[in-house]
This record gives sequence, structure tokens and C-alpha cells, in this order.
Amino acid sequence: MIHERIWAYGLPTLVAVATLGFWEWIVYALDIKPFVLPAPSAIVSAAIGDWNALMSAAWVTIRVTIMAFVWALVFGIAFAILFAQSRTIESALFPYAVTLQVTPVVAIAPLILIWVGPDNAERAVLILATTVAFFPILANATLGLRSADRQLHELFDLYGANRWQRLIRLQFPAALPNILTGMKISGGLALIGAVVAEFAAGSGTSTGLAWVILQAGFNLKIAKAFAALALLSAIGIAIYASLSLLERQALKHWHESARPDE
Amino acid sequence: MLLSLDNVTKTFPNGTLALDRVSFAVNEGEFVSLVGPSGCGKSTALRLVAGLIEPSAGKVAWDRAKPRLGFVFQDAALMPWATVAKNVRLPLELTKAGDAEADSRVNDALELVGLAKFAAAYPRELSGGMRMRVSIARALAMDASVLLMDEPFAALDELTRDRLNDELRELWAAKKLTIVFVTHSVYESVYLSSRVIAMSPRPGRVIADIAMAEPKIRDRDFRITAPYGERCRQVRAALQREAATP
Repeated sequence: MIHERIWAYGLPTLVAVATLGFWEWIVYALDIKPFVLPAPSAIVSAAIGDWNALMSAAWVTIRVTIMAFVWALVFGIAFAILFAQSRTIESALFPYAVTLQVTPVVAIAPLILIWVGPDNAERAVLILATTVAFFPILANATLGLRSADRQLHELFDLYGANRWQRLIRLQFPAALPNILTGMKISGGLALIGAVVAEFAAGSGTSTGLAWVILQAGFNLKIAKAFAALALLSAIGIAIYASLSLLERQALKHWHESARPDE
Repeated sequence: MLLSLDNVTKTFPNGTLALDRVSFAVNEGEFVSLVGPSGCGKSTALRLVAGLIEPSAGKVAWDRAKPRLGFVFQDAALMPWATVAKNVRLPLELTKAGDAEADSRVNDALELVGLAKFAAAYPRELSGGMRMRVSIARALAMDASVLLMDEPFAALDELTRDRLNDELRELWAAKKLTIVFVTHSVYESVYLSSRVIAMSPRPGRVIADIAMAEPKIRDRDFRITAPYGERCRQVRAALQREAATP
């Protein structure tokens, strides 16, 4: 057990230390210019030097990501419930959900920006990130709501359950594993959407980490760009880790995926 | 006469004729088995009795008001996300019946199947036989007087199945239940029932209706008696005769 832990955490750590060490060494050994590839130590000192600016930018990105994720969750589940009530509604609307999903967010960014007004770039970013994060939750929740056991449905018929009872006591719990899977995908997509949308929005009132990276690039402060990039990765990992934890907690008593090792 | 099916025909939307003019009656307190090959429509007949589906022609009639029904499904059909107690409580919550004494009803039902100690367990922690007992407790939690069972023990190993057969006989006698039991096992149907109704392959028709009058009390020894063997032979002969004439 402890041995497995060492493998699970020790090996990736070892890889990270080795990679960073090699990176640091190669930058000095080959005398690579800092505006091409800064050494890890330079990135750390850039991060410390620009700490306040980076943190306030990170906060903007985190806020937009979380809001987009919550909206995607609300809309995704609401539409999934609607779809689960009637195949007709699903056939009528699902193609549009797919269209929304397959249209590259960068391509619709200028339109959204025009509609909300260039002074509201942050709102445009929120709308775009929500759009990106919405589909996995919709698709997974729709599948889950429909996959409740047929015999349990008959049991609910037998006792004259109404739609609401069926939804809350049968379909929703049955869909929970799917919804949580959708959430894990959407959590990452919300962050990606937030960053891509901010790149697309370009300038103006949106000042998240993507904007920091753009600015640092213009000014050849590559170390700062790397620091912002590292922060984005950390945020992404944190989102994934917390959603995985939520999934484990929610399913630990009953779902096969959470069965403890025999 | 508690319940009667009168020339019931069921055609599914895809055109499959599942039941062809099926007629039989069930008296109060009887233990009736529907036995036949897979796909002969016996489960369909049970669902018609339960009112889960409507006949295409013919009539399903209850003598008086429709009594409280309990339904036991093929593979227990428990909600995996709910504890044993919550599973048994489901019918009470759906019908909003007996909120005040729901706890004691759930406990009584679990007591009846010998699982009171497992109230807080989740279904995945139970064996197949225990899951089936929970399913029976759930069917009885509403004070059902009629129990409809759809091949409930088909997936269990033989020893567990024999034990649950005995428990079901005891339950039937103690609670004065009426049971309609669907199975494809001739031995099981003869051991359990007071009457066996044999059905033909699809489309399902009644091909024999054989009373299993004596004895009322059955135990392991009954399985090795001559009358038991004779009845098994009788039911089997009816089923084989039908299978031979396509």
C-alpha cells in the first residue's frame, strides 16, 4: 500500500525534478537567451516579482471559469431534464446543441464581443466559456437520465409515481455517475474556454491570465508568460482534483467505479 | 375467484404477438405458477395482471377492488444508491402511505425476511439471495395481499434457490398471500405451487392447468416423493407435447 503510494507520487516527482534540472542546466550550458527560453529559476523569480499582478489576473480567470462552469452545469442539467421528458423535444433541439459544440469558440468570439459590447469583454468571455463547457454536461446527463433500470421504472409505475418523484428518486440518482463524468470534462473545458475566449477578445476590460501571457509576449517578458502558464496548469489540476474528489465522495457507497479494492 | 384473465391477447407495437387468447383464474390464497419456455409471454401475462401494460384484446378483471400488489422482479431491481431500509421504504414514500409508522413497517418487512440487521447496508454489499429477500421485503412493505413474482430466483445458485423456495412457502402460508409466480423451472413450479399453468412457446397460450392439491406442507423430503415426481412428469409432458408440434 505504502509502496504503491511511493510509486504514484514519487515517480512523477522524480520526473519533474529531473526535467527542471535538465532545463536549468541546458539554458546555462547553451547560453539560451531568456526571451527564447528562460530557466526555471528565472521563471520563479519572475513569479515572485510580479506576484500581485499574477494573483489578481489569476483571480479574474478563476472567477470566470467557476461562473462558466456553474452556468454550464445549470443549463446542461436543465436541458437534459427537458430532453429526458420527451424524445420530440430532444430531436428538435439536440442538433443545435451539437452545432454549438462543434463551432470553434474562437470563431464566434468576435460576434459575441460585438453583441455584448467591447466594454464588457469579461461578460463575453463568460458566455464563450459557458458555451464550451455546456455540451459534455448536457450529453452525459441526458444519457444518464435515460439509463435508469427498466424494472425500477416499472416499480415506479406500479406505485403510481409522478414525474417529479421519478426524476428525483430514480432518474437523477441513476444519472449521477454520468453527470459527474460530464462535470470533470466540463471543469477543464471551462478553463480552456475562459483562456481561449480571452485571447480572442484580445484587449480591453478582460484581464485574466491569458491577457498576462499576451502582454508578456509583446514585451518579451517570457519568464512572466511562463509563470502565468504554470499558474493556469495549477488551476486546471486543482479543478480536476476537486471534481474527482467530489465524484469519489458521491459514489463511494454504491457505484462499481468506487468499489474499494478487495 | 380473485382475479381472472378472459381471452387476453397482447400484441406489442412492433407486431409481436406475445399472448394469444389466454384465460385463467386465480383464487384467493392460491399459489399459482406460470411455467413455460423463455419468451412464451409469461412475464407479459404477469405485467398485465399488475396493470403495468394493457391487453390488446380481452379483459383482466379483479373480483372486488384491485388489492394491494407487490411485484418482485427478475434481478431484485434494487436502487444501488440507497440503503436496504431506503429501498424497502420506497413504496411507502411513493404512495405517501403511513408516514407515521413507515419506520416500523420497514423494520417489520425486513424482520420477515431475516434481514433486519442489514437495514443500513448497500445492495452491493449483499449476496444475490439477500438482495432477492430485500426485494420481497419491499413488495410486502405496503401490506400487499397479492405477490407477483417474475422469475425471482432464476439467477441464484441451487442451494440458495431451494432455501428461498422454502422461505417463500412459509411466507405464503403465514401471511395468507395469493402468489402468481413466473418460472421456467418445472421442478420449482411443482414444489411451490398449489396450481401450475403451463404455457406454449410464443405466442403464449395456456396448454395445461394442473392442480397440485396435496400436501399443503412441503419440505425437502417432498422433493423425493413419488407424487412430486409424477407431477413434474405431468407438467413436463404437457410442455414437451407442445414443443413437438410447432
